[in-house]
Amino acid sequence: MPDKKQDLIDQTLQNLNNDGVDRRGFLKCMAWAGTGLVWTMSGGIPMSRAFAKTADQSAGKGGDFSFVQISDSHIGFNKPANPDVTATLQTAINKINAMSHKPDFIIHTGDLSQLSKPSEFDTLDQALKGASAKQIYFVPGEHDMLNDNGEQYLQRYGKGTKGTGWYSFDQKGVHFVGLVNVANLKAGGMGSLGHEQLEWLEDDLKGRSASTPIVLFAHIPLWTIYPEWGWGTDDSEQALSYVKRFGSVTVLNGHIHQIMQKIEAKVSFHTAMSTAFPQPAPGTAPSAGPMKVPADQLQQVLGITDVNYVVSGRSLAIVDSPLGA
Amino acid sequence: MTGKSVWVASFAAVVLIAIVLLSAGSPSVKANDQPSAPNAEVKIDNFSFGPQTLTVPVGATVTWTNRDDIPHTVVSTDGVFKSKVRDTDETFSYTFTKAGTYPYFCSIHPKMTGQVMVK
Repeated sequence: MPDKKQDLIDQTLQNLNNDGVDRRGFLKCMAWAGTGLVWTMSGGIPMSRAFAKTADQSAGKGGDFSFVQISDSHIGFNKPANPDVTATLQTAINKINAMSHKPDFIIHTGDLSQLSKPSEFDTLDQALKGASAKQIYFVPGEHDMLNDNGEQYLQRYGKGTKGTGWYSFDQKGVHFVGLVNVANLKAGGMGSLGHEQLEWLEDDLKGRSASTPIVLFAHIPLWTIYPEWGWGTDDSEQALSYVKRFGSVTVLNGHIHQIMQKIEAKVSFHTAMSTAFPQPAPGTAPSAGPMKVPADQLQQVLGITDVNYVVSGRSLAIVDSPLGA
Repeated sequence: MTGKSVWVASFAAVVLIAIVLLSAGSPSVKANDQPSAPNAEVKIDNFSFGPQTLTVPVGATVTWTNRDDIPHTVVSTDGVFKSKVRDTDETFSYTFTKAGTYPYFCSIHPKMTGQVMVK
């Protein structure tokens, strides 16, 4: 039985490849079409279509909702390729406000600031005040917890959260969990959730129906993308073992400033673009430092992620849009 | 203090220095010839510390300079020293007053590790 399901997923992935929407094809597609790709999760089976064909279908009937993920604003960064990260964050917000279907809320997956400076957080807050969606959920990136073990972050963005800032909430039948994997990092390691948070997560998910769609979001990817650059989380396997029994799990991350996707059984992993600067594909540069691109190409490598939940079919559709589209 | 006890104390100091030199296994280090230990530098480039292993005499001040476009930290794994976040071209210095091996890492990018060996 598991083999049959795997075959079906393989077949679906094969179809994706035939459609030219594997990662390479996807980036190419974004470059010429300036749109994105829809991922629809339905009972653990991924399907994909061109954005334009499905964007309208997922818009708001009763019970359906959508939210936008933004990430890695790095307010305070002022070097090539982006001397004005506040302006590109503003562009992202304008793009959100111009959406035909109004998102119910925004999730920011961390690295709000470059250096955890109060003035950087102030600038971010000021810009986000202009967003049409007033409810914003945060998780911290490693840049947001510098010098003070995250005290300032917790005061500003983590009221009512547990530990270093983790929490969960429900939205129209979907269970969201914000996790922190940037605190108390160990020498030589990658991202880390830690024992206390894992225990909390296990407890938080216990007793929930397996048919509840689950969305996990955290800054550093909860799957190992490139350990040489620390692009993964040491104890994510443990966290993912707690969501195995659920029929639909979506994992949203930032940190690597580029889109990466993977489907493993019923879990769909997705990383978002930054609103500030791009980073190189794994192993294609001496380090993970900011990638320099010509000014006229910057807005093609920054962007936002729009996620639509459709009640009939319990599916989540993920659409990435570059700012320049 | 009598003349004799002064002599005893300085003799003891000589013996101590000899023991330290012998136990460090590096008789080539001539502490007496270098009253002020030479300072040393570590560059942070491309998310790595260079040199990754630095050997200095006791008393040396080591200065780390961040040459990346991204902030880093210099944090002793054993809690001996801890820099504030260092942005581009900012530095952090620490003076090593005791012999030993001091592993350290960047607490923001923990894959970045290095060590200072003080002899």
